[in-house]
Formats: sequence, structure tokens, C-alpha cells
Amino acid sequence: MSAKISFQNVSRQFAHHGASFLALDRLSVDVADGEFVTLVGPSGCGKSTALAIAAGLIEPTGGEMIVDGRNVRGPGPERGVIFQQYALFPWLTVRQNVEFGLRIAGRSASERRATAQRFIDLVGLADFADSLPKVLSGGMKQRCAIARAYAVDPTILLMDEPFGALDALTRVQMQDQLLDTWNRERRTVMFVTHDVDEAVYLANRVVVMAARPGRLAEIIPVDLPYPRSEAIRLSQEFAEIRNRVWRAVYHQPSMAPQGVAQEDLGETR
Amino acid sequence: MSERADAPATSRQRAARRRTPLNVVAICGGIALWAAAVSFYRVGLPSPEQVLARAIELIRSGQLFADLVASLSRVLAGFALGVTLAIPIGFLMGWYPTARGLIEPFVQFFRMIPPLAVIPLAIVTMGIGETPKVFVIFLAVFLSSVIATFQGVVSVDKTLINAARVLGAGDGTIFRRVIIPASTPFILVGMRIGLGSAWATVVAAELIAAQSGLGFRMQQAELYYDLATIFVSLITIGVLGLAMDRLLLALETRLTQWQERM
Repeated sequence: MSAKISFQNVSRQFAHHGASFLALDRLSVDVADGEFVTLVGPSGCGKSTALAIAAGLIEPTGGEMIVDGRNVRGPGPERGVIFQQYALFPWLTVRQNVEFGLRIAGRSASERRATAQRFIDLVGLADFADSLPKVLSGGMKQRCAIARAYAVDPTILLMDEPFGALDALTRVQMQDQLLDTWNRERRTVMFVTHDVDEAVYLANRVVVMAARPGRLAEIIPVDLPYPRSEAIRLSQEFAEIRNRVWRAVYHQPSMAPQGVAQEDLGETR
Repeated sequence: MSERADAPATSRQRAARRRTPLNVVAICGGIALWAAAVSFYRVGLPSPEQVLARAIELIRSGQLFADLVASLSRVLAGFALGVTLAIPIGFLMGWYPTARGLIEPFVQFFRMIPPLAVIPLAIVTMGIGETPKVFVIFLAVFLSSVIATFQGVVSVDKTLINAARVLGAGDGTIFRRVIIPASTPFILVGMRIGLGSAWATVVAAELIAAQSGLGFRMQQAELYYDLATIFVSLITIGVLGLAMDRLLLALETRLTQWQERM
């Protein structure tokens, strides 16, 4: 069994004003090489915490976070991260942003230039290569961030609600573009979202999480072929999986013990 | 998209261009008002013509230039010293909590003391040469710049630091390629405030204890009831201060043009 990414009973406790709370409770998930997995759940379910732990930006307080068979010790260039707030360096142009990681890796100027150009072209920002981020729209900024993550050639992409700040139309376009990029440059992807449609449309498997404490609720496989298109988005099969994920997200039994009727919970709300 | 980038800049420029004639009108109006006040009400002030005549006289004799150089060199010496020390110390305070804990009480305490209040102590301990004046200006610049730099480092977006880390950057790289550029706008604002207080401080210091400079000239003119010279000095101080501020503003605009401005 050689999972690319393996959460093994990963927990994370935060201390907050003297009180501690459990953001993530014994999460165990394996992600296979080349798989596209989405994490979806209500706010407070620990999905972003789980991603940050995989990225090495947060340390787990319990369990083992394993990537490529090794314990995660801090961030590494084999794991590219894409943030919701884009996190482009505003004083650098698109090209310089994409070259940032290559410069750190000590690549030559000509190699940096060629690699950056390839990924700028891949995300369709060629006309804006020498523009500063401030002139880009939200979708373009995120495409630049995706190009920047791809440029250092990670084997894993960790995406934290990357399209969360975009309008609904742009978001659909970005989903298609991301899948298109992923089809051409296959990576293992973990993608956090609170949008059920997005979670189903992108993924091989949807990991549904529950809140307070953040934990695994259910893993739902998405048996739809790639490349995905509008036809799939509007298909009956998609709707069925979507509904299943929807119920798993919105009708969580909270912390109530098994067997408590949903109606009872509904009344107390 | 390119319109998006250029539109705010051009509208800003257009607004500035529309203001310029108004500014000229306001300045001319102010001088006219001054001339009218002097000639009709006999307020005991020199007229614009008298001040202009004295200015020409002082320029011809080289006096104005000598005073100006004396004041300016004190400001620049104090300013340069203050900024070169404040920036690394501000970075240190922002980056290392230990440094912050050790340095911050002193900075916050001395910030509350007007630099001018240090002049008597500075004169007693450092004599009446250039040192006490430069020191007081240094103090004024240092305190405003160190706070600004520190604030700049502390308010760097944590996501940018994380973005650099996940791209493989170590602490040194993050400092050079993220912290420094991200805090530049703060540092430049601190420098502008520092320059303003340096200029205010030099004139006051020269009024109290100096043998040269614009402040000294005014203090001398006061003894002889020479109002025209006082006016020339005041106008020179204002114009020079404004020029230096605009210079720093231009530098700021140039270095921080990447910022999203509304």
C-alpha cells in the first residue's frame, strides 16, 4: 500500500485564549498518486487545517502526516500550495511571480524564463506576463498562482478554496481550466472547497468532513470519466452523486450519538 | 485590461492637472491679501516687495545660501544617521520577538519626549558644536522611522510568507524577497514623517543654540527688529521643507507603484 498522501489519525489541537479546541480529530485518508481528491464540509470541519498540515505549514498534534512514505517536516517544493487569497507577490510581475520558486531553486536565468513562459502560456496569461498583479482580475490572479505552483514542478498540488473568492461564472470557467491543466500536467491534487458542485465536478473522490470537532464523515467516490464537460455537469449521474454529497454535508448528525432521529435535531435548530 | 491599469492613473493625473491652476490662483491670492493687509491696515509687517528686496539682498551677499547649507547639512546628517540605524533596528524588532521585547520600551518612552526637550541635555553633554543639533535631529528621525519599519514588518501578510515558504524559501530569502519589499511602503511613510520632524527640529535647535543656519538668522534678526529677514527665512524653511517632502513622495510613488490604490 503506497499512498502518495497519507493522513494517519492526524489530529490538531489549537489553544485559544487559554481554552483549547480540537480542529481536527483523528483524520485518516489516503490519496493515491495522480488522484484528484476534494475535501468538502461546513466551516469548522478542519478541511483547511488538514490541508495546511499536508503542506507542512501546521504541525499535527497527533497522528502521522505522511507524504511519499516520509513524515512531513515543514513545507517542501514537491508540494505546491494554492491559497484562496492568491498570495501573489504584489511587487513582482506575473512572470517574476512564476519565476519566484525557480529562482530559489537556483535555476539559470534562461531556464527560469523558459519554464515560466511555458506555465504562463498553459494558464493563458501570456498577454499579461509583464503586468503587475494589481491589474489582474481575481480569476487571472488565481491562474497566475496556479502557474507559479506548477513552475517548481511539484508532484502534489494542495489547493485551499482557490476559487472561493470568485463569482459563480468565473468559478465554473476556472474549474474547467484547472481540469484541463491537470489533464495535461497530471499531479496528485487535494482540493478544499465548501461548494458541493465544485467538489463533485473536479474529484475522483470526495472527502466529506464534519465539524466540531473536525473529522471525517464519509468518502464518496465519483465514478465519472475525465475529461469532464458541461454534459457531465448536467447529467443524471452527476446529480445523483451531488445529492449524495449534499446530504452528507448538510445533514450531518452533529455530535449526537447514532440513532437520534434527524427530526429531533431539526426541531432544536 | 490595460485600460483598467491606466484608467485610475490618468484620472488621477487629470485631477492633478485641474488642481494646478487653482493652486497658482490661491498662492497669488494669498500674496495679494498679504500686500493689501500691510498697505491698508498698517499691521506692522513688511510688504511682499520689502521681503523680496531683502531676499535678493541676502541671496546676492551669499548669506541666505550659507544659512541654508548650514541648516540643510544638519538635517541631512541627522536624517541619514537616523534612517540607517532605524531600518535595521525596526526589522530586528519586527522579526525577533526577543529584540522587540528589549528595544520597544525605550522606543515607546523616548517617542513621548519631544526631541526639542532633549536640547538642553544635549548641549550640556555634547557642547555647542554641531553634535547636539545633529543628535537631536537624529533622534527625531530615528524614532519615527523605527516605529514605521517595525509596523511594516509586523503587518506583512502571513499568507505571502507562507507562499514563499511553500515555494522553498528559507528565512533569509523570505526576509530579502518578502519582508523588505512588503514593508517598503511603511518605511517610506516613516521617512517622510521623520523628515518633517527633522526640519522642524533643526530650526528650533538653531533658535536656541547655533552660530549659523536659518533658525540662527531669525534669532539674530529678532534682536534688530528685522522682520523682512525673518520672513525670508520662514519662506525659505517652508519652501525647502515642501521640496524635500515632494521629493520623498515622488520616491515613494515610484517604489510602491505596485500597491493597489483606490
